[in-house]
Amino acid sequence: MVEAKKIEYWRWPESVWVNPAIDWRKSKIITTGVDIGSVSSKCVVMVDGALYAYSSMRTGSDSPDSAWKVVNAALKDTGMTVDNFDYCIGTGYGRVNVPMAQQTITEIACHARGANWMYGSEVRTVMDMGGQDCKAIRCDDRGKVLKFMMNDKCAAGTGRGMEVFADLIRVPVWEIGPRSFQIEKEPPSISSTCVVFAKTEVVGLLQEGVPENEIMAAYCAAMAHRILELLNRLGVEDKFAITGGIAKNIGVVKRLEKELGKKTMEQVWVRPDMREAKIPFDTMIAGGIGAALFSLAMLERGKVKSARKA
Amino acid sequence: MIVAGIDVGGKNVHVVITKNSTILAKVGGPTGINKAKAAEQLYEEALKQAGLKRGDVTRVVATGSSGSRVTFADGVIPDAAADARGVIQLIPSARTVIDVGAEEGRAIKISPEGKVLDFAINEKCAAGTGTFVDTMARALEVSVEEMAKLSLQSTRSIPMNAQCAVFGESEVVSLIHQKTPRPDIARAVHDAIAGRIGSVARIVGLEKDVVMIGGVANNAGFVESLKRDIGMEVKVPSDPDFAGALGAAVAAAAGVLAEKVEAKVVEKEKIEEGKA
Repeated sequence: MVEAKKIEYWRWPESVWVNPAIDWRKSKIITTGVDIGSVSSKCVVMVDGALYAYSSMRTGSDSPDSAWKVVNAALKDTGMTVDNFDYCIGTGYGRVNVPMAQQTITEIACHARGANWMYGSEVRTVMDMGGQDCKAIRCDDRGKVLKFMMNDKCAAGTGRGMEVFADLIRVPVWEIGPRSFQIEKEPPSISSTCVVFAKTEVVGLLQEGVPENEIMAAYCAAMAHRILELLNRLGVEDKFAITGGIAKNIGVVKRLEKELGKKTMEQVWVRPDMREAKIPFDTMIAGGIGAALFSLAMLERGKVKSARKA
Repeated sequence: MIVAGIDVGGKNVHVVITKNSTILAKVGGPTGINKAKAAEQLYEEALKQAGLKRGDVTRVVATGSSGSRVTFADGVIPDAAADARGVIQLIPSARTVIDVGAEEGRAIKISPEGKVLDFAINEKCAAGTGTFVDTMARALEVSVEEMAKLSLQSTRSIPMNAQCAVFGESEVVSLIHQKTPRPDIARAVHDAIAGRIGSVARIVGLEKDVVMIGGVANNAGFVESLKRDIGMEVKVPSDPDFAGALGAAVAAAAGVLAEKVEAKVVEKEKIEEGKA
């Protein structure tokens, strides 16, 4: 019997990674960041300041549920449990209800810190394109936030806006970026930045027989345009790095670079040893990394005590 | 003289045929993807309803967001100008017109002669429009008519945080999961849009009589929410979604084939600034 398969175009791939080169039992300090977003949740475990494990998954029905989901996924088969954490910080929209966290820090601070660690100390502007909001952050060479602007009121320029589009056009969300460049010429952007109105426009274009890849290009352009407004308000200082889910969509990233007249930093680890070890670079874990790093710093400076139970 | 007004909106086309101020036909239908064709077909329907031929009509004026697609129109006037003329015809005491359609919410200050004195529109965002209502009705799994009825049964107001139709849909779904009574959710949706429309209306100044037209005027739940927001009585003529087409017909009768109107676009502040 053939089982009917319901394809969910918006469902981006979840990821889990564990560092095979580290034996955590030989380490001194284990710190964790748990980033609970409105659309995705992430857990990052660092061992003596090195990346040990991370997971990135769809947010569950509530914060505690999501937190356990990502922590358990990251720790699976490692033999580690939450009792081994020296300190854990919760961040993101759902941070107040992270059961295993000792305290919370805003995602703005965590993303800037995380981006600094991932991309290097040259980063001065970080754009986090999240599931339901978009944040533009100016920071110093140590990843400290100087100022920021946020749009959390409008779906355009957010992951949800892209998910809605993927569903409508029936193309898996991770294919949209690459396919948006398989076109003959760059089409005019969708005129509505509003996702709801853009949907109607897209339906019209589909019915007119406009090639799907061109429609994807037009939509990515509209999204890039919406994000540009936020960046221009803040002022983009070099170097400029992107974090969050939409950073994975080259259709939006390249068009944003074009409109901005600036390149974004290449999405690779700044540390050569991490590049050599071929550790997968996931833009979605910046917040979790920042939270894990803050945990480490607070322990090392004696600001907090270890919460380790085992 | 027999004239026709055709209002080609984002969701629906409305056609009105009049003879010396008497309405001979009123026909409405979905705009669909091919707007020119929809306008053509509905115009033919209206002529049939009135028992007329195309040659019997002296002048056709079009309006609406896609009024320019009406190839056989003698003239095209802006929405606001058509609304003003149509409302004054229906309710001579009107001085403020609030028109909420599928794609735009607008407020117009009008003179006793039906001229536009001031005009403000909500920016291109589904949150201040009928599309928001449609989206939430789908999330609640009811028709818009049922949603209107439900909203009138509510006895308390709950705040809706989302200002975006996309986020609002998720919010409605979680309110349902939290077992919030449906009447209260329906009312919260109407209150949310009423708040946005209210702020657009306050830009032009609220002078009585305040008259509401456009498709959303058929939603009694929304009208109640709007009254609460502006703290004033709101009059709704019968067939409020035909007011624009009627106004275009009035313009046709007066020989007005074009008009310029300046709009103030009200942009919601969406970007939040912050320091560390």
